[in-house]
Amino acid sequence: MATMARSFLQAISKDEAVAPPLRVVQIEGLAVLKIIKHCKEFAPTLVTGQLLGLDVGSVLEVTNCFPFPVRDDDEEIEADGANYQLEMMRCLREVNVDNNTVGWYQSTVLGSYQTVELIETFMNYQENIKRCVCIIYDPSKADLGVLALKALKLSDSFMELYRAGNFTGEKLREKNFSWMDIFEEIPIKVSNSALVSAFMTELETDAPVSQGDYDRLQSSTTPFLENNMEFLIKCMDDLSMEQQKFQYYYRNLSRQQAQQQAWLQKRRTENMARRSAGEEPLPEEDPSNPIFKPIPEPSRLESFLITNQVSNFCGQINGVAGQNFSRLYLTKALHEN
Amino acid sequence: MAAANEHTVLQFATPSSTTSILTARIHPLVIFNVCDCFVRRPDSAERVIGTLLGSILPDGTVDIRNSYAVPHNESSDQVAVDIDYHHNMLASHLKVNPKEIIVGWYSTGLGVNGGSALIHDFYAREVTNPIHLTVDTGFTNGEGAIKAFVSSNLSLGDRQLAAQFQEVPVDLRMVEAERVGYDVLKATAVDKLPNDMEGMELTMERLLGLVNDVYKYVDSVVEGQTPPDNNIGRFIAEAVASLPKLPPQVFDNLVNDSLQDQLLLLYLSSITRTQLSLAEKLNTAAQML
Repeated sequence: MATMARSFLQAISKDEAVAPPLRVVQIEGLAVLKIIKHCKEFAPTLVTGQLLGLDVGSVLEVTNCFPFPVRDDDEEIEADGANYQLEMMRCLREVNVDNNTVGWYQSTVLGSYQTVELIETFMNYQENIKRCVCIIYDPSKADLGVLALKALKLSDSFMELYRAGNFTGEKLREKNFSWMDIFEEIPIKVSNSALVSAFMTELETDAPVSQGDYDRLQSSTTPFLENNMEFLIKCMDDLSMEQQKFQYYYRNLSRQQAQQQAWLQKRRTENMARRSAGEEPLPEEDPSNPIFKPIPEPSRLESFLITNQVSNFCGQINGVAGQNFSRLYLTKALHEN
Repeated sequence: MAAANEHTVLQFATPSSTTSILTARIHPLVIFNVCDCFVRRPDSAERVIGTLLGSILPDGTVDIRNSYAVPHNESSDQVAVDIDYHHNMLASHLKVNPKEIIVGWYSTGLGVNGGSALIHDFYAREVTNPIHLTVDTGFTNGEGAIKAFVSSNLSLGDRQLAAQFQEVPVDLRMVEAERVGYDVLKATAVDKLPNDMEGMELTMERLLGLVNDVYKYVDSVVEGQTPPDNNIGRFIAEAVASLPKLPPQVFDNLVNDSLQDQLLLLYLSSITRTQLSLAEKLNTAAQML
């Protein structure tokens, strides 16, 4: 691949090695279970935790994790939170657990996780760690029998843009950047140690159908779909508000342009009059005049995030509706027989 | 203290039973934790010990939900446990989940030995009647045995003689593991987490398999190859009877209505998606005058 070739060349030329891009996140079953347990226990409160592991080549291995306590008020708990983290990492180091932070996980409700806070946390982590990933778990989908685990990363182009702090239309058009480019989803691989796999093989129940299957065959998905639709509608409202902001801005901009033109015309006629009268022509620009003040363009970040969320909801609805189709046909077939 | 002998005949003072422990319920996370700690143990240690966290339910069942390893040193006659570490981890865990308290401790390896009795004593000072879990990671006897013990003190008159470890039945609640999917947790590497439709496919295949099995069984009974079992017959009759008895017209209407609802949702979401891409184009492609 192009990127691999490039890093190989650079390695030969003894330049600073470019880290190969992250392709896969490998999680241990232990971490998966811990995340699920923590998120489920505290649902519907949103909880977060830290991921520990190793960064190896193009694979990010997550071998362990620990939860963060829920913060009630942020004033005095700042120092506490940092202490807790240090304490946990120190203790885990003593039992030979990898204590490299490789990211964090958080739970979400119905997939509405794309917020500005997420981006800010990402930027914070990115300062210290070269590669970090965020794992999102959705406990509400577990009732439908789906393991809703996703690994997210901010794309590099987005990070540059964010650092520049500039989200105007010009810049975005230059980079051909759309709302889909903000987050990159990385495929997850689950791995288990041989010992654990031996135990699980032995402990596996003999029933041919498991709890997950029961959950999947349930046909009452209406509450889930209703909630999804509600969120979707709310997001569309937010999106239309953002659109209105843009419209307002454009209207102001065009009005300002018209004013500038009018003023310019006036100046020109004035200048012509002056020239014919033999006086110095006045400058054609006047930075102190308020109509020349550039109006700041509203940032598109919010609208991008909202768009992402809406798209997410749509995807979820699609998935569940598809499942429902299968279930409906199944019941139909059963009934006929 | 002398090592405990499981077949002792001495009489022992009945423990004042405020809550006598009946069974131990273990969540799969604990087993994962224990295995992980065992794999990561320092080379000098032969076995790993750690604390069990959970809660005691009012009916006497001990619900073991979490665990963490505690560094310790064990030689033939001495046992040293890092108590500070234990307390630190406990405090950290309690910050996250104050309801999970110490309910006992675990060790890898089969059986109970002298060192265990001492460690058990230490834990008995932390919580009344701790439970001792052994996870046999060495797979002696060809199986990974998970056993739980409670200890009671054997005394003759006033003198403490020995501690007897009685086995307590273990209930492994694998519901969470099942939810995640055994394929995911069992294999040493799973390349891709199954998404909605693939999971659905798997489930339907399993259901089909079950139905086929039932068919074969009924056929073989009818042909006289297998002796009929009344219980199974009753189960089958119940299952078939549990299908709601609706006239076909009503049922068709139901199904069609639901189908239309789903189609409506799909249509809505596709329209929203189209709207999104349109809005995007308009936003970023708008020209400045």
